[in-house]
Amino acid sequence: MNYNFAFLDEDTKRMLRRALLKAVAIPGYQVPFGSREMPLPYGWGTGGIQVTAALLGPDDVLKVIDQGADDTTNAVNIRRFFARVAGVATTEHTADATLIQTRHRIPETSLRENQILVFQVPEPEPLRTLEPREAETRSLHALADYGLMHVKLYEDIAQYGHIATSYDYPVLVDGRYLTSPSPIPKFDNPKLDQSPALMLFGAGREKRLYAIPPYTRVESLAFEDHPFEIQRWEQQCELCGAGESYLDEVIVDDHGKRMFVCSDTDFCGQRRAEASA
Amino acid sequence: MYVAVKGGEQAIARSLELLAEARRGDPALPELELAQIREQLRLGVARVMQEGSLYDEELAALAMRQAAGDMLEAIFLLRAYRTTLPRFGYSLPLDTSSMRVRRRVSGTFKDIPGGQVLGPTYDYTQRLLDFDPTAPAAVTPATAPLPSQMPRVLDLLDAEALIERFAPGDDAEPFDLTREPLSFPADRATRLQNLARGDEGFLLGMAYSTQRGYAESHPFAGEIRMGEVDVLVCPEELGFAIEIGSITLTECQMINQFQGGNGVPPQFTRGYGLSMGEGERKAMSMALVDRALRCDELGEASYAPAQNQEFVLSHSDSVEASGFVQHLKLPHYVDFQAELSLLRTLAAQQSATPNEQPLSTAGEQ
Repeated sequence: MNYNFAFLDEDTKRMLRRALLKAVAIPGYQVPFGSREMPLPYGWGTGGIQVTAALLGPDDVLKVIDQGADDTTNAVNIRRFFARVAGVATTEHTADATLIQTRHRIPETSLRENQILVFQVPEPEPLRTLEPREAETRSLHALADYGLMHVKLYEDIAQYGHIATSYDYPVLVDGRYLTSPSPIPKFDNPKLDQSPALMLFGAGREKRLYAIPPYTRVESLAFEDHPFEIQRWEQQCELCGAGESYLDEVIVDDHGKRMFVCSDTDFCGQRRAEASA
Repeated sequence: MYVAVKGGEQAIARSLELLAEARRGDPALPELELAQIREQLRLGVARVMQEGSLYDEELAALAMRQAAGDMLEAIFLLRAYRTTLPRFGYSLPLDTSSMRVRRRVSGTFKDIPGGQVLGPTYDYTQRLLDFDPTAPAAVTPATAPLPSQMPRVLDLLDAEALIERFAPGDDAEPFDLTREPLSFPADRATRLQNLARGDEGFLLGMAYSTQRGYAESHPFAGEIRMGEVDVLVCPEELGFAIEIGSITLTECQMINQFQGGNGVPPQFTRGYGLSMGEGERKAMSMALVDRALRCDELGEASYAPAQNQEFVLSHSDSVEASGFVQHLKLPHYVDFQAELSLLRTLAAQQSATPNEQPLSTAGEQ
């Protein structure tokens, strides 16, 4: 049996593209859409896969990463899926890709115009853990009433002395909508601001799409006396020596000895290739 | 020395080979034929069709075999196939009052026009494992054929105006939950669509909770009927309805007490359940949950989980739930690393100032 190019039928792609246009027109706003059941499980990137399927053309070059890495099993599986149902070229090099689907990271290599970054989003609603009712959170967004989140961050400061959110750190997009950046570490939040690349977010199970258009202001929530800060390591990557990249900690022996390596495998690999050249 | 993990592609390929081998089992034994599954595991087929939202016994049997009997995986397989199918049109509303009934029981009246018909049921089997199954005895023919139409029990109460009335055609055209996102508050047609696709176990637990005091609605099984119903479509170019086949359905209408309120006098109210194939447990559970979810419309106090439509409808779907629960086995190295850093920072703060209480409680000392 043959499936349509990129799996989804053209009517569904049109529905998705319309929803994406709306999302781009209202930066940070969660657009409900008729999320389809995909042949991969909910929670494993069905939102991102639908966005990618709606955007892919035969000339696109696709990169898929999970945790920053091209070789994690779920990234491999999604890349295999599109190679199979769309036959598009795939790459592991950030610079060569026209479309990058990601889970939990933004590549270290700066993105450029005409690139699209598609995020897989488990929970699009940044207020969900503070207010479980969808009907309520929608009206809080309509009223731009984000006091709940500010109070939560303030309570962190009162209890711990600083804001204790380390990933999925809430952002305000274009000064209007409180938005979940997806569970990227807050280390990646600054890359959202004024990005030359279009950033699209797909939440399949929750049936929401949203977007951060190129060159949009994206602020991570903070207070004047408690400015936003990102993670830093005392270590450097033990493979490429990078001191400015996000590091994964790996346990290397039975005694719990650790080493730190770049989570972005392409970035790390390129640096090592350059060093040995 | 650490070597960056590579080879996800090869690992997946090997895993698929192992899965295929495990699924097939001992190759010396013949592989299950789809017809055997369809004929001998028909209740499993019915559940896969119902929660997979696709009435196709052959495909459901195929999904069950491919899923090695894991019903939720089979339902997922059928859903993922269904999503690619084009829509040619919609059927006319099914008329279950003209069902060719094979089973029909009522818990509310000892005898009813058309009679109580047990049909093929496990209810009175005594659940003794049959260690030596032999070919079943020939079915004894009924002394008289069942009437071709049996009036619905609730229609009899309706004639006395003791039960709430729904005039046909009152409802707005329902939208398709598989094409449009659920939004809240959801109307009853949308809720019923969601429950019809919902996981049987989840609905059973929710329904059970209403019987144990979490939104007690004093239900009676007004009528449960199972049998075949014709499916009619009315193609635009023809302008009249044609029959395209018939499907097996189980319908449950619950009768629930209602104290009156919201401008409505005390009367019996309805809870409704419908399931493809023989799916009595599902249809009954659905009817109880449907009734519990009508609390706002009837002005009843809403406090129990089964009355909370965001809670019930957002968590009923096994494909959604199974995917998200199991996504936890995907890598979360990056977020875990972020949390590790945070905890180390907190621990460092703690050991730097061991006697200091957290700021928020410092004033209470």
